Amino acid sequence: MSESLTQSRVETLVHEARKTGNYQPFVKEIPYASLIGLELQALGDDLLYKLPRNPDNIGNPLLPAIHGGVIGGFMELAASLELLLRSDPIVMPKMVDFSLDYLRAGRHQDTYAECQVWRQGNRVANVSVTAWQRHRHEPIATARAHYLMASEIRNHLPSE
Amino acid sequence: MTNNNNTEISGWPSSLEEKRIAATQILAILPHCRLLGMSVEDVTEETLVMRLPYQLAIVGNPETGAVHGGSLTTLMDSASGAAAILSLPEPGLCPTLDLRIDYMNPARAGEDLLAYARVSRTSRSVVFTECTVVQAHDETVVAKCSATFMRLEDDAAKQASAAIQAMRASLQQQQGGAA
Repeated sequence: MSESLTQSRVETLVHEARKTGNYQPFVKEIPYASLIGLELQALGDDLLYKLPRNPDNIGNPLLPAIHGGVIGGFMELAASLELLLRSDPIVMPKMVDFSLDYLRAGRHQDTYAECQVWRQGNRVANVSVTAWQRHRHEPIATARAHYLMASEIRNHLPSE
Repeated sequence: MTNNNNTEISGWPSSLEEKRIAATQILAILPHCRLLGMSVEDVTEETLVMRLPYQLAIVGNPETGAVHGGSLTTLMDSASGAAAILSLPEPGLCPTLDLRIDYMNPARAGEDLLAYARVSRTSRSVVFTECTVVQAHDETVVAKCSATFMRLEDDAAKQASAAIQAMRASLQQQQGGAA
């Protein structure tokens, strides 16, 4: 990271990504995204998240399978990015809770995720995430996250 | 230490010290946990304590340096899973069925995190766990997680048990060789 990711820099990077359709320069600024290797691709107006096969992400060397925590982290990051990238004005949403159901072992393969923002009010947002590997209709995990939106975050800050 | 002169691991730990060593060995064979430098801090009758050292690679918000929830998920899944495995009468694998995480406070820059995991019930098919993550220096609660793990059955359980014991033995041999 050459510069700290301030609000104005986030806005610059996101506006640039929306224009070019290339979200990688923005995603690369998030250290945890780089650690697990998350990639983001725009398909028209849809956003597709990819976690390429990475030996460092293995949690179960017997199968081998991706660490359940990494699958969770990938889906949390996808949900947060989905909200952030779709927000206007751009806000960094704050996660309140995250609920994750594992459906199949996440094999040592490429993994994909897509998000659905079910509700985005002034106070809270509800986002669901589905992750899969070989087939979209055979998910390895589904998740749901709640977020506090910007106005609510401001209300939580101590007044100056 | 129980296996000083012997690389074959026959039993499953019963004493707390044996459990701590087994949990450390299990953690050591998980590549992503090694990558994050996670360690077993303590094992008591009730609780397994796991540490996640602060590092720039797990930051989610570069402006504040706050740790990303994803690495907390890995910490809580690992600590709860290890507690679940140690609660079994013999070595086994416990795939996670689900996790529910509440984020109470941001995990601040520069702070190591400690996960306190305990098993609330081990039934024939399922293990229920509760886990709390705090900042190591001031015990501010960062997140809570309740999770459910499946117990493997019959042949799958036997295979997993044999594989885990073999890995622990080879790890012990490596460490013995290195010492």
